[in-house]
Amino acid sequence: MRGRDFIRLSTSAIVAHRMRSFLTALGIAVGIGAVVLLTSVGEGIHKFVLAEFTQFGTNIIAINPGVTTTHGVSGAVFNTTRPLTLDDADALRRIPQVLGVTSFVQGNAEVEHGKLGRSVTVFGAGAQTPDVLQLRPAIGRFLPDEDPRTARAFAVLGSKLRDELFGTQNPLGENVRIGGERYRVIGVMESKGQMLGFDLDDTVYIPTGRALAMFNREGVMEIDVLYDPEANSAEVAAQIKRILIARHGFEDFTVTTQDDMLETLGGILDILTLAVGALGGISLVVGGVGILTIMIISVNERTGEIGLLRALGASRQQVLSLFIGEAVVLASLGGAAGLILGVGGAWLLGATIPALPTHTPLSYVLMAELLAAVVGLTAGVIPARRAASLDPIEALRSE
Amino acid sequence: MIRLTGINRIFEVGDEKVHALNDVDLDVGAGEYLSIMGPSGSGKSTLLNLLGLLDRPTSGTYYLDDVDASSLSEDERATLRRDKIGFVFQFFHLIPRLTAFENVELPLTLAGVEPAERRPKVEAALESLGLMPRAAHRPEQLSGGQRQRVAIARATIMDPPVLLADEPTGNLDSASGSEVIDILEELNHRGITLLVVTHDEALGKRAKRRIHMVDGAIVEDVQQTPS
Ligand SMILES: Nc1ncnc2c1ncn2[C@@H]1O[C@H](COP(=O)(O)OP(=O)(O)OP(=O)(O)O)[C@@H](O)[C@H]1O
Ligand SMILES: [Mg+2]
Repeated sequence: MRGRDFIRLSTSAIVAHRMRSFLTALGIAVGIGAVVLLTSVGEGIHKFVLAEFTQFGTNIIAINPGVTTTHGVSGAVFNTTRPLTLDDADALRRIPQVLGVTSFVQGNAEVEHGKLGRSVTVFGAGAQTPDVLQLRPAIGRFLPDEDPRTARAFAVLGSKLRDELFGTQNPLGENVRIGGERYRVIGVMESKGQMLGFDLDDTVYIPTGRALAMFNREGVMEIDVLYDPEANSAEVAAQIKRILIARHGFEDFTVTTQDDMLETLGGILDILTLAVGALGGISLVVGGVGILTIMIISVNERTGEIGLLRALGASRQQVLSLFIGEAVVLASLGGAAGLILGVGGAWLLGATIPALPTHTPLSYVLMAELLAAVVGLTAGVIPARRAASLDPIEALRSE
Repeated sequence: MIRLTGINRIFEVGDEKVHALNDVDLDVGAGEYLSIMGPSGSGKSTLLNLLGLLDRPTSGTYYLDDVDASSLSEDERATLRRDKIGFVFQFFHLIPRLTAFENVELPLTLAGVEPAERRPKVEAALESLGLMPRAAHRPEQLSGGQRQRVAIARATIMDPPVLLADEPTGNLDSASGSEVIDILEELNHRGITLLVVTHDEALGKRAKRRIHMVDGAIVEDVQQTPS
């Protein structure tokens, strides 16, 4: 049979039963619509989170103490893990491509000014921190570039902390008490907002050496290396490793480049998208069962026709293909309607709730349509096999 | 054209065996006109289904145009059926959602003939049966006689050498019934080998050769002397 005739014949029964074809296709449409909509939301969140993440500088390599691998072998194997120290950070400054090194420690402490006090996140930071966080002082300046061990007691406030402690007053040059010690405010950061539940503005930045003393810590939590954007991240990472291994004796630390981070995060987000997509897939399965049901009914109703086709010389294979074709056409029509539902729904959702980002890649659209056809194919196989295996004489007698 | 030797067809229903055809021998030459008569259950339809390659004998051999039909695969039988056999049924078996034109066209469509080639053939077939004004009508919009004429047009559109009709007038009044038989006989005049199963004595008598069946066996096979 010629291809166009095949499609025309397969479609004729669908057209003849408009109402029931419509309802059956609707089942698939809802399923495909749900898959497209949910993966659009998942993909939107994916893009959104990655974009949020890359707000921080991209030419940064982070070093953390201990060994964490993606394979779950914990650093506990090396129970002699040594802390990362300010000396380690100093050593890294000697790498030619390195523009700056910041040691980070983080803790909580009470910040007081006059009668007002507030418990906030304290960051032990250095002169390069604004580059690492992509965050600039709004007024005043950031911590100066000095030896973290002997750094002066300067503090830079987060915008929210400033609002809470000083209101509209100018905080520059004022003294605050942090963890009981006296600091002079030399700057206020611009507002960065929330990220992943963290208020990045309810903070205060003090020199790392002082923060270590305040929290009574030996090592820093993270060393961030800012390198020349032109340089190769893997190469810089290799040099960092070589230097630190020389100092520690073995690799008891973890070096993470921005590429690694994005990859890990992207992997997690892909699983998220897949999971919500699978959720939509459930309704697609229901739609598939609808096609299965209607095709079984259709085969039962049309036994006479099947017998006739055989009498006219149609092979079993042709009868099989015709009924599978009918199921696939039905599912594909539903799938196309589902695409409109899904893409339209995603667009509407994005337009009405700007906080919920959506994104529908073309590849998903094509895959969803293909999926619909596969569902039709699967649902059509059983009824079509029944049709093909009917005894033509019995079928002709069924009038 | 057709040669049956020692044909048996036994249906097994549970433990029981129904001997629907019992040692049937039959030779039919090209262009012959046969009527098959006999009481209900005598095996007429079973014989026709076998000749139409819809069924296989339990034993015996069937040669159609010097091809041993019993040695063929399912697909080969389908192809042979398509090219050599036309069926006309009591209940017409038109596809309700297709127009008269499309119903007649169906065998050509299934055989993969080009649309440009199909159209003139179908139009000629409809024209010769006076159905052209009804070409775009669906079966439900046609009378019984018209439906059977559409079915005949469909059965002959592939120019098969053999036409098998199982009670083609069983569902028609006598006027349109005899009209249908006229058409079948006209086809026979033009060379088609025609086998008609009928209960109607008068119609059966019109055939040049008459076969009578009882209990799955041919008990009478008479050649009508021209009168
Ligand atoms: N599929 C089948 N299974 C069991 N028995 C069958 C089957 N088909 C036919 N038979 C039996 O075979 C015998 C012949 O049947 P057949 O249909 O050929 O008769 P017929 O001569 O065409 O009768 P009628 O004039 O009523 O159409 C009957 O006894 C019938 O019951
Ligand atoms: Mg019969």
